[in-house]
Amino acid sequence: MRKSVGVKHFLPITATVLTVAACSAPPPAAPSPAAPMTSMTSMPGMTPPPSPTAAANSTANAVAIKNFAFAPATTTVKKGTTVTWTNQDQDAHTVTSTGSGGPLRSPTLQTGQSYQYTFSTPGTFDYLCTIHPFMTATVTVTP
Amino acid sequence: MTEDEHSPEGMTRRQLLRHTAWFGSAVVLTVTGGEVLSRIAAPDDAAALDDPNALRFVQVSDSHLGFTGPANTAVESSFSAALTQINTLGYRPDFVMHTGDLTHLSTAAQFDQVKQMMSTLDTGHVSTVPGEHDSIDDAGQKYRKAFGAGTAGDGWYSFDVKGVHFIALVNTLSLEKLGHLGPDQLEFVRKDVAKLGSDTPIVVFSHVPLFAMYPAWGWGTDDAAQALSYLRRFSSVTCLNGHVHQLFTKTEGNITFHSATTTAYPLPQPGTRPAPAPVTLPAGKLKDALGIREVSYRPGGPGLAVKDVKLA
Repeated sequence: MRKSVGVKHFLPITATVLTVAACSAPPPAAPSPAAPMTSMTSMPGMTPPPSPTAAANSTANAVAIKNFAFAPATTTVKKGTTVTWTNQDQDAHTVTSTGSGGPLRSPTLQTGQSYQYTFSTPGTFDYLCTIHPFMTATVTVTP
Repeated sequence: MTEDEHSPEGMTRRQLLRHTAWFGSAVVLTVTGGEVLSRIAAPDDAAALDDPNALRFVQVSDSHLGFTGPANTAVESSFSAALTQINTLGYRPDFVMHTGDLTHLSTAAQFDQVKQMMSTLDTGHVSTVPGEHDSIDDAGQKYRKAFGAGTAGDGWYSFDVKGVHFIALVNTLSLEKLGHLGPDQLEFVRKDVAKLGSDTPIVVFSHVPLFAMYPAWGWGTDDAAQALSYLRRFSSVTCLNGHVHQLFTKTEGNITFHSATTTAYPLPQPGTRPAPAPVTLPAGKLKDALGIREVSYRPGGPGLAVKDVKLA
């Protein structure tokens, strides 16, 4: 009895949540969360238009760490830009490049502490919080 | 805002069990005075904990020493209570395994504290595997200095007790969202079990689940399938993990996975919150979510008996 009950309950919950998570993955602060998905699915091969977030927003080089997420989760800056991460959570976090060899290696950031890094080369830089590896985000550096 | 003040889901252990898939040849759930959370055993194994000839060990997990949030403002006291509970089981466990996140922030002081606290355990030996909280800034160097004696590679090892073969794995060092074992460790597993008879009971410890419990939150290990492929020929394989701070059991063929609860603070059920952040339960409910796990095996028996008990 418990077998079937468990299966019926758990699977739909998982499926529902996956859908919700996929739609709500960009943090609330991002003004156009649907744009990247649209450009990927409907305009394959085309260069996506410049993101309004990245265009001329003076806060684009600031990333908040709050509610166990990086906000915004995707940041685009020009080469030479210094990005500042500030931990607004009660728990500690880090800003650490994904995998090995990446440039981001913050110390443990307690509440209110910040970490800065100046991106001198163009590219895509994935990072996470080593304390909570489900917290993932990306900085894209343009020439 | 960083942690929820209420628990809309009302996540108690009992409700969790109702919403959790319980597979297995024999599953017996018993609630005796609210103490026993679950008992999974073949019928004739139920009394193995009282059998001095049986293998008996305890799993404790995710003590997060140094955590200071509202979800548990006294994680040291909770862990201390768990250790006292182990020391008053009425039998001396063959060993106690801590399946990681011993510390919250990998500081030297936190490692010292957890090591000192576990030295009070009355048991044959104390074993550990690291969690991601134990290696946040040094790829596990401080962890291995404190707990890595006698281990291979990045801290993995195996041992045998009373006819059961135990493998302790490290899947938290990759700086990836999911757990990862890596080629060196996979080769270790392959060679480690190559000489064993297929009737040898196998127990695998890891911090992050070796099954895909909820990959969107990193609750899985991307190359676990390779490791498990080396274990398919064995008649009984039991994988015990921490990380998810809640009970969950799943069987895939000959392999049964048991996620353990924590001694520190609960995390939400998969997908019920935007993130797996610590859940602050209503006053007085925290102890219901914390616990230890007793595991026993009677030589010649069909498999291991797993009993989850909440903190007294």
